[in-house]
Amino acid sequence: MSEQTTAVISAEPVVELDRIRKVYRSGSIEFEALRGVDIRIDQGEYVAVIGPSGSGKSTLMNILGCLDNPTEGNYLLGGEDVSAMSEAQLAHVRNRRIGFVFQQFHLLSSLPAWRNVELPLIYAGVTRAERRERAVRALERVGLGDRVDNRPGELSGGQQQRVAVARALVTEPDMILADEPTGNLDSASTEAVLGLLDELHDAGRTIVLITHEHEVAARAQRNLVIRDGQITSDVLVAAGGAA
Amino acid sequence: MNWIETFRAGGDAIRAHRLRSILTMLGIVIGIASVILTVGLGQGAQDQVKSQISALGSNLLIVSPGSTTSSSGVRGGFGSASTLTLQDADAMADETAAPDVKQVAPQASTNAELVNGTTNWTTSVIGTTTSWTEVRKRTLSAGRFFTQDEVTDAAHVVVLGPDTASELFSGPTSPVGQTVTLDGTQLTVIGVLASSGASTSGTSEDDQAVMPLSTEKQLTGSTSASVSTIYVEAASQHALSAAYQEIDALLTNLHAVTSATADFSISSQESLVATANSTNKTMTVLLAGIAAISLLVGGIGVMNIMLVSVTERIREIGLRKALGAAPKLIRRQFLVEASLLGLAGGVIGVLIAVVGAQVLPNLISQPVSLSLAATAGALVTSLILGIGFGVYPASRAARLTPIDALRSE
Repeated sequence: MSEQTTAVISAEPVVELDRIRKVYRSGSIEFEALRGVDIRIDQGEYVAVIGPSGSGKSTLMNILGCLDNPTEGNYLLGGEDVSAMSEAQLAHVRNRRIGFVFQQFHLLSSLPAWRNVELPLIYAGVTRAERRERAVRALERVGLGDRVDNRPGELSGGQQQRVAVARALVTEPDMILADEPTGNLDSASTEAVLGLLDELHDAGRTIVLITHEHEVAARAQRNLVIRDGQITSDVLVAAGGAA
Repeated sequence: MNWIETFRAGGDAIRAHRLRSILTMLGIVIGIASVILTVGLGQGAQDQVKSQISALGSNLLIVSPGSTTSSSGVRGGFGSASTLTLQDADAMADETAAPDVKQVAPQASTNAELVNGTTNWTTSVIGTTTSWTEVRKRTLSAGRFFTQDEVTDAAHVVVLGPDTASELFSGPTSPVGQTVTLDGTQLTVIGVLASSGASTSGTSEDDQAVMPLSTEKQLTGSTSASVSTIYVEAASQHALSAAYQEIDALLTNLHAVTSATADFSISSQESLVATANSTNKTMTVLLAGIAAISLLVGGIGVMNIMLVSVTERIREIGLRKALGAAPKLIRRQFLVEASLLGLAGGVIGVLIAVVGAQVLPNLISQPVSLSLAATAGALVTSLILGIGFGVYPASRAARLTPIDALRSE
């Protein structure tokens, strides 16, 4: 796993959330999902965000993932202020800086594995030949070098999630944002996917994991607990987690 | 993401939902094919009429008796068939009175039964003068036409149309030189006309028996000098309207009528063409209108499917947006999909129309002429339908927020 040996410990912040508030309005009813959240995540960190449902965890994930704008506060992603960007600008930022891994995998069933992996590269404007090469390399990286041309329907749940991880990796993003990545997997596949995240962390990747399972969170280096829209605890777990 | 990628993604989406795409295209296919074919049928009918009429000679004027209306081309007034006479025809043939008239062929016709031995055949018997073949642009396939002497003598001779000849004389021997009987009078067949094709007035120009006008008058026992039609050949096509004026003035004078009370009408082949074409055009417009409605329905079908497609693929849209597709790209992708569907439907529709244009004439014995303009127009229309009806679904897809789209089930 010596693909990236650089900058394991670097003071460069990837994420800087400064007093982030998010208020949802439905008619006259206001709901404050985030009540002033400050988070700083440095490059190479493996952070788990834990919280029960309704804690604001999903809202935080949306804002971290640049899928939504905060109502108040500043968000610097890789030094770039993204808190007031337009939808088109955010799309560009997501494409360059964030690799998503979803609970539901979200693979396109009509396309073979490598064409799923190349999707973000299409929007990044990479040439066709280079896309294929990078997609295949990313699939090899997650141990699916022999499944390049299989469609998602021909793969197991764990393999599908690994394809999704490959898709998150392929753009070399600043941060991999995994939203309940093991929520739909059995224990063996869960172990495989978490092992893969461990490896990526060891290789210097910045990973943010959203989960409600403490066993999963224990694999991370640092745990953030969110409750009622505020960070209530920020603790370092024994380095390297359970592995 | 450039246009090539967008087209590739659109093609992938169409292929991924093959059945749905085919059903969507069906409406456009049927619409385009029917528009092209109906326009082709109308065009074919017009071409047919035009070629038939030009075969008869384009510098021909037809003087008919009795019609009180103008020269709009409507021939009528059978009840007053005695208003035209041989004298009128002679007057028109006069060089000084009508210098733009080249030749005149008066014609009287009745229906009569011809008998050859045990075979009989009822046909249109035409009495005319020697200039008839030239004025009507007819040729003979066998024998000869009658002469001026035979007209003067009311000789018992007849020239048969090809259909009439084959009905009366089966067998290999030529009818020329044989005799037929009309009302007990023996007539010698001196010639057979070459085929002219179907007539525009409905009766076949190939089923008739032509004889000297004097002979016809004698056989039908008519003593009047009236004729049913006078065919006038103008000196040239340019002289047509001059000839028209001359004849009109001549007859108005001879019959002592005014233009309001005229007891004759003059029509040209061109006005017949115009009448036939306007009838055809009405039918074509009607049919093309129906076809256009079906095309519109096809377009609405594309819109429906695209809307369904947007709903069905909300998660795909959400994913693409999360991975970095700007709203503009999503809109473009759905537009390209819709236009590809429309265009593919149009191309298939044109192919079906081309095949139909080959097959249809054999089934309904109507010619179909495909026009390049109609085909190109249909293709453009299908593309516009695709784009037009794709705009709304595409903008709906583009407006979805990635979070909501990803979360939807």
